[in-house]
Amino acid sequence: MLETVDLECVRGDRPLFSHLSFTLKPGELLHVTGVNGSGKTTLLRTLCGLTRPQTGEIRWNGTAIRKLGDDYHAQLAYVGHTNGIQGDLTPAENLKVATNLSGVADGAEIPATLKRLGLSAYHRFPAKILSQGQKRRLALARLMVERKPLWILDEPLSGLDVDSVSLMTTILMEHLAQGGLIIITSHQDIDIQTKTVLQIRIN
Amino acid sequence: MPRLFKAIGRLYWRDLTVALRRSTDILTPLVFFVIVVSLFPLGLGPEPNTLRTIAPGVIWVGALLATMLSLNRLFANDYVDGTLEQMALAPYPLALLVLTKIAAHWTLTGLPLVLISPLLAVQMQLPEAAFRTLTLSLLLGTPILSLLGAVGAALTLGLRGGGVLVSLLVLPLYTPVLIFGAGSVAGVLVGIDTGAHFSLLGAFLALALTFLPWATAAALRVSLD
Repeated sequence: MLETVDLECVRGDRPLFSHLSFTLKPGELLHVTGVNGSGKTTLLRTLCGLTRPQTGEIRWNGTAIRKLGDDYHAQLAYVGHTNGIQGDLTPAENLKVATNLSGVADGAEIPATLKRLGLSAYHRFPAKILSQGQKRRLALARLMVERKPLWILDEPLSGLDVDSVSLMTTILMEHLAQGGLIIITSHQDIDIQTKTVLQIRIN
Repeated sequence: MPRLFKAIGRLYWRDLTVALRRSTDILTPLVFFVIVVSLFPLGLGPEPNTLRTIAPGVIWVGALLATMLSLNRLFANDYVDGTLEQMALAPYPLALLVLTKIAAHWTLTGLPLVLISPLLAVQMQLPEAAFRTLTLSLLLGTPILSLLGAVGAALTLGLRGGGVLVSLLVLPLYTPVLIFGAGSVAGVLVGIDTGAHFSLLGAFLALALTFLPWATAAALRVSLD
């Protein structure tokens, strides 16, 4: 369970938002919307612990994430604007590094995941030859092999074609059905039939 | 614990693999080192006594500059493609992951410099008795250069003109290593005991290994914010 209490974030000298409080329980998805520059990415990076909030607290299962430190990171997978892909390694090698670094999975499901995302044809090539959309899919493949409960996704659907978007939606729903938590920013409407979708609009 | 070692081993393997697939990155500092040191006999003339006197300083300064040249690739690529962010979010101490990256960096830049140095020593007319001291002093000194350089590289990450700034930040910090490194080789030439030089270099290395990975990790967190 992820909670924020009275969160306030600033970027430089500019206040972005304040008094943001919400609770996200297992199986719930939080869709953050807002105009460009409203602070969606800053909110997500703050929730990851990469950026410090000005005031307020973020708690995971009741404990502040600053106290949890690495124990919180073990629960969290983040896909930001950058894909986190090293272009000189093959897709499978990239995922292998990601699983070993995440410390959760052993990477046995890497071939199956690459196949599901339509990337297995590229297993012998360096990741830099992949197209933008394929790189994005590889970044999302990382989420699947890391097997963390909390997914924080910044515009995960950008650059994806229609089929990939619907595949991604299915994957998100599966994750929620397994009791995962998802925080997502997206300009598109996400077509997810689940009982609990929270919406936050910041501006 | 085994997971931590697995993560560290994988990260080391990853950095070596990536660097070997971009072999120009590894060769550039090495070739730079050889060329810089070779310029001195050409500029000063082949007088053996002159060359011998300046050899320790020239080889050490060459190694210093070659290390400088390679610093930008330590974190810059990982920063641009977002893998550094993922490392900061890994459930392991960032300082240990940073130390792993520095170790990989040293393996591919510092170690080749150490290995090629006897060849340059021949060129600079150093007597054979000084070869061992030169190699040993570089073996102790180049890891310090990589560790110190990492702090500079982390602080200037994502800045425009970061390359020049790194030199300004890091070169003054390199001076003690240069003094005692080159001093040990010069000491052999005049026949004084070099034990003290090596003790000091060893102490620098121990200090650098203990504190600098944490400083680098802190600097990276600031750069990523």
